[in-house]
Amino acid sequence: MEVTQRELVTMIHGMLFGGFFLLALFGVLVLLLDGNSPDATPNQTVPRWQNIYFIAMVIVGWAAVLSGAYIIYPWYRAVAPPGVDLVLYPKFLLTAHSSTAGWHNFGMEWKEHVAWIAPMSSTMVVWVLMKQRAAWNAHRSVRSTVLGFAAIAFLAAAIAGGWGAMIDKKAPVEGGAAIQLMGSTR
Amino acid sequence: MTERKLVPQNPANGPVAAAVLACGFGCFMLGVLAVAGDGSKSFAAALNFYNPTGPLSGVTTTAVALWLVCWVLLAVRWRGKSLAFGRVSAFAFLFLALSLLLTFPPFGDMMLGR
Repeated sequence: MEVTQRELVTMIHGMLFGGFFLLALFGVLVLLLDGNSPDATPNQTVPRWQNIYFIAMVIVGWAAVLSGAYIIYPWYRAVAPPGVDLVLYPKFLLTAHSSTAGWHNFGMEWKEHVAWIAPMSSTMVVWVLMKQRAAWNAHRSVRSTVLGFAAIAFLAAAIAGGWGAMIDKKAPVEGGAAIQLMGSTR
Repeated sequence: MTERKLVPQNPANGPVAAAVLACGFGCFMLGVLAVAGDGSKSFAAALNFYNPTGPLSGVTTTAVALWLVCWVLLAVRWRGKSLAFGRVSAFAFLFLALSLLLTFPPFGDMMLGR
């Protein structure tokens, strides 16, 4: 059972960083919805596990966009030399045909920018939850605003993750050394 | 005897307002730079901070830098103060909504007259 080096890095970017970030952000949304309800009891101190959870979420969020922009995107957009098989050049593979060009011109163009809204917003949300808990407890408007930003962060991450998965299905980022994950049975 | 932390009844919302507005502004600048880079070849070349990534490197690095600088400046200005949070929040959400629009390719193309 083999994967190429680029496939493995793409999996780490999308399924580990991106997937964990989306899951964790959804958990924070539930936490914020609970804290925003009228019968919520103010919690002046943040439990230690929550701090660790928040920090881990922000780290995987930034890891997702940084690995996407600086490792995978250069492989995706690399310029194909004339006459070469386009399978190693996903952007050129997609834009070579009008029936698939939209995956790049719409999907990738949207994903590559909107994705960054998610870690920026979630960093702010986590900072308020960890460092401004008194203001968060005291003002309902603060809680509602933070909840709104967390919801937009989730939306942005879902758009980016969804398009990333679909584009990689249509024109996978491939290449590099083969890595043996498990021995074959035959 | 359990120790209880004394928490002010009405803590200042200035630091939160600074964080929220700066975040909205940073996201908005991301959208503005994305559209500007798409619309002008010379601007895209100026944003090409890291050649393998192309103009995306400059768009995102500049937006993140502007967000952090704005956050620090507003945090210093609004430290210990209480503001009309509703207005700050409205501006922040306006910026955020515009950022979502500007990063949506059909809207960016419309802005560029394509």
